[in-house]
Amino acid sequence: MTEAPWALLAEVTHACPLHCPYCSNPLELVRRRTELTTAEWSRVLAEAADLGVVQAHVSGGEPLLHADLAEIVAAAHAAGIYTQLVTSGLGLEAGRLDELVRAGLDAVQLSVQDSRAEGSDRIAGRPSFAAKERAAGVIRRAGLPFGLNVVLHRHNLDHIAEIIELGVRWGADRIELANTQFYGWALRNRTALLPTREQLESAKDTVVTWRERLGGRPELIWVVPDYYEGVAKPCMGGWGARSITVGPDGAALPCPAAYALPDLSPPNVRDHSLAWIWARSAAFNAYRGTAWMPTPCRECPRREIDFGGCRCQAYALTGDAARTDPACALSPDHRLVRDPATTASRGGPEQNLTYRRPARNG
Amino acid sequence: MPAESPGWRPSLARSIVLRHDRVRDADLLLMPERAVLLNVEAGHILRLCDGHRTVAEIVAHLAETFPGAPVAEDVPEFLDRVRGEGWVR
Repeated sequence: MTEAPWALLAEVTHACPLHCPYCSNPLELVRRRTELTTAEWSRVLAEAADLGVVQAHVSGGEPLLHADLAEIVAAAHAAGIYTQLVTSGLGLEAGRLDELVRAGLDAVQLSVQDSRAEGSDRIAGRPSFAAKERAAGVIRRAGLPFGLNVVLHRHNLDHIAEIIELGVRWGADRIELANTQFYGWALRNRTALLPTREQLESAKDTVVTWRERLGGRPELIWVVPDYYEGVAKPCMGGWGARSITVGPDGAALPCPAAYALPDLSPPNVRDHSLAWIWARSAAFNAYRGTAWMPTPCRECPRREIDFGGCRCQAYALTGDAARTDPACALSPDHRLVRDPATTASRGGPEQNLTYRRPARNG
Repeated sequence: MPAESPGWRPSLARSIVLRHDRVRDADLLLMPERAVLLNVEAGHILRLCDGHRTVAEIVAHLAETFPGAPVAEDVPEFLDRVRGEGWVR
């Protein structure tokens, strides 16, 4: 029998005031007129809890752009789900956060793009740093658990010490230093974003030093960059193993990047129960377990550790989602990550950033 | 404050929610990016960490509920450990 899922990523809208060139939303953004209704979200959250989900990450786009966000949070809370808001901070005024806390919100994760306004606003594609700083104060004053998330790349890795200092100054309980994962928008911007090996090594050392200095407060999380490690990441803890993503239009996926897999035909919560989707749908079973694995994964002692890596990265780079993740040094396609990494480490060519286009209302 | 300290009245940290998971039939600690599956003993102890009871009172309560269990040694040790994790204060 399939084990119960632990977490639900609820992407309540793809609309967002920011234009980050590594956005984890799909290249084809869902339009607002096809978004799930609040009643549909309430049903999905109740079904998720019945299925075993105990945590919801309410995300987007920017979830604060959803007018009924408090109702969605209340539905999660009523179902007994621990609920975290994942936000850019734009629009997170004290009154709005109070409303969400009254609805049962448990924690907030705030993004920032760099340690200073200029760099952060450049990556976000609009002035936003000042609003984020205000949002951090609002979260602190509300006394909620506060995680700060920073996506790392060539343009901010050298500021890692300043980024950590910023997190300390803003009062974060945890700082997630997330090296860019290259699919979707980020893959389009790979030449511009891929760091050098030197940058990564130096940043990693800085994190170790700061971790000792801070003694766990705030907690520093280093999300490893798979282009340089030669090992694949255990993406989502395994396909269909722990987590369900539900997109704004009700599409249910084992991972937010899986929109990009053309043959997956994701089931929709409008057509099926979440229980059926989790246990029975072709999409959630496609790469579950180890039976689907090609050589060299099939014989690999790490097959139950990294689960063959990331299906979306395998598809993005090789055109076949069932191949070994090219991030793995044992993959026959490993040159597809090694070559760009080598080029980047030599100083690489410059590339202008392609910003995420805003979702059009429609 | 170590568990031997008589004044300590353990309570769950602000970011932590303790709840029973009816699907897995187990107690869980929920926090922003983690869920910790508790064994039965840990669930019993943490449910008594209400910020009012001292460690001695928690031990006494459990000794009464589970006669013969080595609570006098195990409970303070467990509480020190979970305090180190930042789950109780």
